[in-house]
Amino acid sequence: MPPMLSAKRLNAYYGQAHILFDVALEAAAGEVVVLLGRNGAGKSTTLKALIGLVPPSAGEVVFCGERIDRLQPFQIARRGLGYVPEDRRIFTDLTVLENIEVGRQPARQGVPSWTLEKLYKLFPNLAETGDRPAAQMSGGEQQMLAIARTLMGNPACILLDEPSEGLAPVIVDQMAAAVLEMKSEGLSVLLSEQNLHFAAAVADRAYIIEKGRVRFNGTMAELDADDAVRSAHLAV
Amino acid sequence: MSSLVIQFLNGLAGASTLFLVAVGLSLIFGVTRIVNFAHGSFYMLGIYVAYSIISRAGAGGGLGPAGFWGGILVAAMVVGALGALIEILLLRRIYHAPEMFQLLATFGIVLVIKDYVLWAWGPEDLLGPRAPGLGGSVEILGRPFPEYDLALVFIGPLVLGLLWLLLNRTRWGTLVRAATQDREMAGALGVNQKWLFTAVFALGSALAGLGGALQIPREPAQLFLDMGVIADAFVVVVVGGMGSIPGAALAAFIIGEIKAYCVGIGQVGFLGYSVSLSKLTLVAEFIVMAIVLVMRPWGLLGRQQGAQRIAAGARERPAAGRAMQIAVLAVAGALAVMPFVAQPYTIVLLIDILVYALFAASLQFLMGPAGLVSFGHAAYFGLGAYGAALLVKKAGLPMEFALAGGPLAAALGAVVFGWFCVRLSGVYLAMLTLAFAQIAWSIVYQWDQFTGGSNGLVGVWPAPWLASKTAFYYLAFTLCGCGIWLLRRIVYSPYGCALRAGRDSPLRCDAIGIDLARLQWAAFVLVGTFAGLAGAIYAFSKGSISPETLGIPLSVDALVMVLLGGIHTASGPVVGAAVLTWLQDTVVRNTDYWRALLGAIIIALVLVFPQGIAGFARRRWARSEAA
Repeated sequence: MPPMLSAKRLNAYYGQAHILFDVALEAAAGEVVVLLGRNGAGKSTTLKALIGLVPPSAGEVVFCGERIDRLQPFQIARRGLGYVPEDRRIFTDLTVLENIEVGRQPARQGVPSWTLEKLYKLFPNLAETGDRPAAQMSGGEQQMLAIARTLMGNPACILLDEPSEGLAPVIVDQMAAAVLEMKSEGLSVLLSEQNLHFAAAVADRAYIIEKGRVRFNGTMAELDADDAVRSAHLAV
Repeated sequence: MSSLVIQFLNGLAGASTLFLVAVGLSLIFGVTRIVNFAHGSFYMLGIYVAYSIISRAGAGGGLGPAGFWGGILVAAMVVGALGALIEILLLRRIYHAPEMFQLLATFGIVLVIKDYVLWAWGPEDLLGPRAPGLGGSVEILGRPFPEYDLALVFIGPLVLGLLWLLLNRTRWGTLVRAATQDREMAGALGVNQKWLFTAVFALGSALAGLGGALQIPREPAQLFLDMGVIADAFVVVVVGGMGSIPGAALAAFIIGEIKAYCVGIGQVGFLGYSVSLSKLTLVAEFIVMAIVLVMRPWGLLGRQQGAQRIAAGARERPAAGRAMQIAVLAVAGALAVMPFVAQPYTIVLLIDILVYALFAASLQFLMGPAGLVSFGHAAYFGLGAYGAALLVKKAGLPMEFALAGGPLAAALGAVVFGWFCVRLSGVYLAMLTLAFAQIAWSIVYQWDQFTGGSNGLVGVWPAPWLASKTAFYYLAFTLCGCGIWLLRRIVYSPYGCALRAGRDSPLRCDAIGIDLARLQWAAFVLVGTFAGLAGAIYAFSKGSISPETLGIPLSVDALVMVLLGGIHTASGPVVGAAVLTWLQDTVVRNTDYWRALLGAIIIALVLVFPQGIAGFARRRWARSEAA
């Protein structure tokens, strides 16, 4: 079976600066894949290139059997690729429910579809916040809202940019549980992380990115066994 | 007491009208980030279309309320449909262009619509019928108050309420508010911005058309409504905070009331002087805006905007290449021998071009290297012209002194205006410069005894040794040439470097101890001086001046010259001034509809050269050098 999401020879620029060099990666249906790497390695840019916010200058991205690398972000999102940005980008002028409403898209065949009740089960913290302005939420709640908002679009695969960043340890554990819950629903998850502990708790496979290039590609077990790779690319 | 109540109601009626025009502009800016200069034109079209529909509906005799109000709604819808068409055909292609080019394109639309109205409805004022059933007046506390104005008092809040419901109680409204805050994220969630933008633009245009159509019983349809209304609408939107609808309502209320009381109170004695407050109405809103912006730089209910892209890509290059130097020398040489070979008319045209080239170069310095956009640059041109003319006419000074005094007057104006302006940034700064220009304009326009009012000043002639066109041409050539050269030198001086650094990274400048606000203030004074010099030369070349030298159209001309030429090239404004002045001259002589042609040319140029003509040429040049 071909992978749900695959990128080949992906290159991307910010203005004149060449950020991604021939990045290749894959995520199969129902798989959790993590992009590891230090700050500025190109993890966020990889995710932005996949969703079309930083249009790739070269390379191809295939999602569910269809080329998406020349499409606009809204077209990619409507094909079932969800995206949760690193800085969450909550609509602070809107209430919690309105934020979720913005993400709502029709249900898709063969893809887990989400309702408010299901989202509240995933993130119980959101249940009582409906009419609160999103601006009043804590960082952890905003992260949950950002994920809930994207799930409301019924994606087949979700891109999470550093979901554990800046969160209290107890919330990080909740996030990990939520990612595993999404996986058990049948979603593919591609997330970027600097927190190896978090990655180890949720991911099946890992890519390590450094200076815009993929340096390692393997299962979490292989990564765990390879001290040399970890100290070369991940140690601070 | 009763008169105070009547003034208050008058103010509310005025506020309703202001709100209807401004809210559409605010909505459009909030979502699309387009500053739509054509919004006043949509308002004007609203009046004209409503006039045609209603007078036709009432032609069979007996216009019923259904015909009247139906006609107004249809007029609003027609204007909304036109807005949608313009968005789809033109604006959609330039959302990624820098904001200033979008502004320029909408200004092209202003010109086209104006001439269309002239062609379709003719130049005469058209007075529409009264509203059936609302033609009389009601008695309020013993004083008559027009029934129709009372209706307006309710229509404004009604529209506000409907808009609130639309934006807060529908999915479409939720998407609009989300896109207003972060359109990129809305897109990544699957929201198709394209149709959202079209719908918002159509709604905003329809609201402007509605605001216009509702004025049918109150004021005649006139050709100059577009510019007056757009200035009002900008002020309301900026005072309220760009993109904020409650802000627009609040600002419309404050400004409407202040204007009404200014008219109502009339003459007041103050420290032995008699001040006419009713004359103040022309500037009252601009004074309110200046005060609000200094205290709350993002308007009453607005919030900070993201960084503004004045013009992307090309930046100043350190030095002109050999080929460029030769080209400049060749042009200068050709200009120097012109009086020996050219027709007298060409010499007159060349003087105009030289004056405007210096004027545009001063604006380019402000917009390019300093990164500050001015919508009211004519203020300094006009102050220079009036300063020089008044020194000759009132103080009896010789022309040579006046030529130096004019720029000084403009520099003084820039000291005052600049002090306020450098506190702001982006669109807000541009609006404040517009406000100051409008204040200067209305002072000159109303101060009959000193400035000659709307008639201006005549008999401003140069000294005898400069009386011949040839001699004056060489004067203009020398002064304008030196001015442009100096401006260019300053861009590469240490001061210019600090200024450009501040434009590119204000935070880093702060961190290394550069007082950016002071540098920018100095930039205002510097360009004010050069624009004033251009104005002074202009005054003596024409022999007479009028308040038009401070008007919005001249400010827009300067913007067009800079943007046509390319914002980050020193040669840009010169090219732009030559092209626009020549175009205006040729087009005006050959057709009655020169505005429409000019507008069409501007639109075409924006679509073809989003980097400006000189910017485009330089890119071509750089590409061929690289190849």
